[in-house]
Amino acid sequence: MADVILRNVSKRFGAVEAVRELSLTVDDGEFLVLLGPSGAGKTTTLRLITGLERPDTGSVMIDGRDVTQDPPGSRDIAFVFQQYSLYPHLTVYDNLAFPLRSPARRVPEPTIRKRVEQTAELLHIASKLNNRATRLSGGEMQRVAIGRALVRDPAIYLMDEPLSSLDAKLRAELRLELKRIQLELGATILYVTHDQVEAMTMASRIGVIKDGQLLQLGTPREIYESPSSRYVASRLGTPQINFLPARLLSEVPLPPGTETIGIRTEHLQIASRNGGRLIGRVHRVEHLGEQNHVHLDYEGQTLVTLADPDRPLRAGQEVELRLTHPLYFDGEGQRIPAMPH
Amino acid sequence: MAQIRVENLRKSFDQFTAVHGSNFTIDDGIFFAMLGPSGCGKTTTLRMIAGLELPTEGKILLDGEDVTFRRAAARDIAFVFQLFALYPHMNVAGNIGFPLKCQGMTRRETRERVLETARLLQIEHLLQSKTSRLSGGDRQRVALGRAMVRRPKAFLMDEPLGALDAEFRHLMCGELRDLHDRIGATTIYVTHDQLEAMAMADQIAVMNKGRVEQIGSPQEIYDRPASMFVADFIGSPSMNFLRFEGGLRSGDTAISLAGVRIDVPEINEDRASASLVLGVRPEHIRFADAARVRGEVFGAEYLGTTQIVTVDTAHGRVAARMPSATQVRIGETVGLEFHSERLALFDGGSGLAIRTANKESARHG
Repeated sequence: MADVILRNVSKRFGAVEAVRELSLTVDDGEFLVLLGPSGAGKTTTLRLITGLERPDTGSVMIDGRDVTQDPPGSRDIAFVFQQYSLYPHLTVYDNLAFPLRSPARRVPEPTIRKRVEQTAELLHIASKLNNRATRLSGGEMQRVAIGRALVRDPAIYLMDEPLSSLDAKLRAELRLELKRIQLELGATILYVTHDQVEAMTMASRIGVIKDGQLLQLGTPREIYESPSSRYVASRLGTPQINFLPARLLSEVPLPPGTETIGIRTEHLQIASRNGGRLIGRVHRVEHLGEQNHVHLDYEGQTLVTLADPDRPLRAGQEVELRLTHPLYFDGEGQRIPAMPH
Repeated sequence: MAQIRVENLRKSFDQFTAVHGSNFTIDDGIFFAMLGPSGCGKTTTLRMIAGLELPTEGKILLDGEDVTFRRAAARDIAFVFQLFALYPHMNVAGNIGFPLKCQGMTRRETRERVLETARLLQIEHLLQSKTSRLSGGDRQRVALGRAMVRRPKAFLMDEPLGALDAEFRHLMCGELRDLHDRIGATTIYVTHDQLEAMAMADQIAVMNKGRVEQIGSPQEIYDRPASMFVADFIGSPSMNFLRFEGGLRSGDTAISLAGVRIDVPEINEDRASASLVLGVRPEHIRFADAARVRGEVFGAEYLGTTQIVTVDTAHGRVAARMPSATQVRIGETVGLEFHSERLALFDGGSGLAIRTANKESARHG
């Protein structure tokens, strides 16, 4: 395994700046997730690392070597795509062995057998090795696709939304498996997704990317608890963070320049009216099983908070609001640090 | 507005029975979700109610009137498909007014009804816009307006939000429910997404293999699932199932899980020794050093407010939801304690819930 460094990489397709001045280091043994909406430049970034695209400016280093001008084949990368593209006429075994049988590699058959069996064991598909690839469930096919990357021992694994075509249950299961495998192998993975749950649950670090630019890089906890901007704050957390215009909270002392206040649902507490001045009205209560989502109306704005399912609340009821860790943002949406206490 | 009643409704296609004798009543003004995996018969049921499919057997009553063999157009029901199908060459007003124009309503009356509908949906300012210029949300509102403008007795919706990404879908759920609160029309909503059903419905019918497994409010279904299928389908992560062998006696307040005593809600039926299942929701598990159900931490998934910790135990892999501040190390051995009053018991063979003090009000469909 090895590290990957992007230095000031830019890539333009006609009028579109797909990637802008992107600098990023994927550390050896790290699971780095790039999180962003479609069109953010995630896939282009992966393609720049593989060599399928050449950057207009900037450089790509793999394991300390500048590979910017190298062809894809010489870069020692394994790629997992969104759509599992298996060879339908081959067995699971032959699909897994395929990358090792490439004439460029010349791996002896006994070594191939060992690698394939180990990989199948790791992915819990050892009993399916003799099945045709088409005789598998969706989850098994995607495991084979991931397995085909794992049989090799490349410098880095690049994964482009590998779980997004699976149903929710399987996705949850494979999330756990993939994280376990990464830890077991000490693999370096750069993984791109638009799914915040995947990013939060698997990443050592998340890079939030939008319009080709890296907005923030940090551990899931850092990004969730201390987002650098309004956009980043809104990208993580379900239900989404609440935003209120600062002018509606004249009661609360705010750092100068604050235009918007962000309040995560768990930082908005509600209580029966008891002399406080922030009063909201319950608009609707969603019963989601383990938790209720309470939609509140405050000065014409909708706020969402969490409540225990056993707590009686009805639409129209007035409640007192209490903010515990508000986040402050300026007119540009950039975070302003809280005032020292 | 209307009550919808379904009696012994059955539908077979050659050898395959899509719906096996359903019975349910949807009261006037109720938002009713039919929830289940693909192939469970929910869409077939909906299409029979709409009149797009004739039942093999059974009756459909709309406000007490038998409409089983009436044509779709004569049922006074609006069917909303994937919400995006709009006429691209017409503006918003033209799209919403189209069903009235087809009915031959006068222009003045049509204009008034369109305006009234637009007001309800808060899209008055868009009436003259081209539909191609609209955002996804506004397109959905227009499609909904086209269904509403006829003032039907009921709305039937088949996965109307299926094509949207997760975050936007949740927003639209809130909006659909708000709209329902404003107009109060009886609505049947078909979905395979448990969160959508939980977030919007007054009543949910959970369907599996052509049968209604349970009907109840979202909270009832979550707290007192009638079967393992329902327990597994509702909730994310889903309920943990811990299998064990044993007998139960009415009045027992504990079970023996491989020799470990676990308190449960009082049991209300007798069971000879059989294969049984203890059902535990992830949020009803706590770590406790002294607990005798033990396991090794397999993984921890950070979700912001909470984390999901998976633990491998002798009874299988168990998912627990806990505050993200709780420190967890992968590979460490932990003890698991369960929130006794909230546990469920199932018959491992039939998959049906065993009656306990927590389960008295559960019904089978």
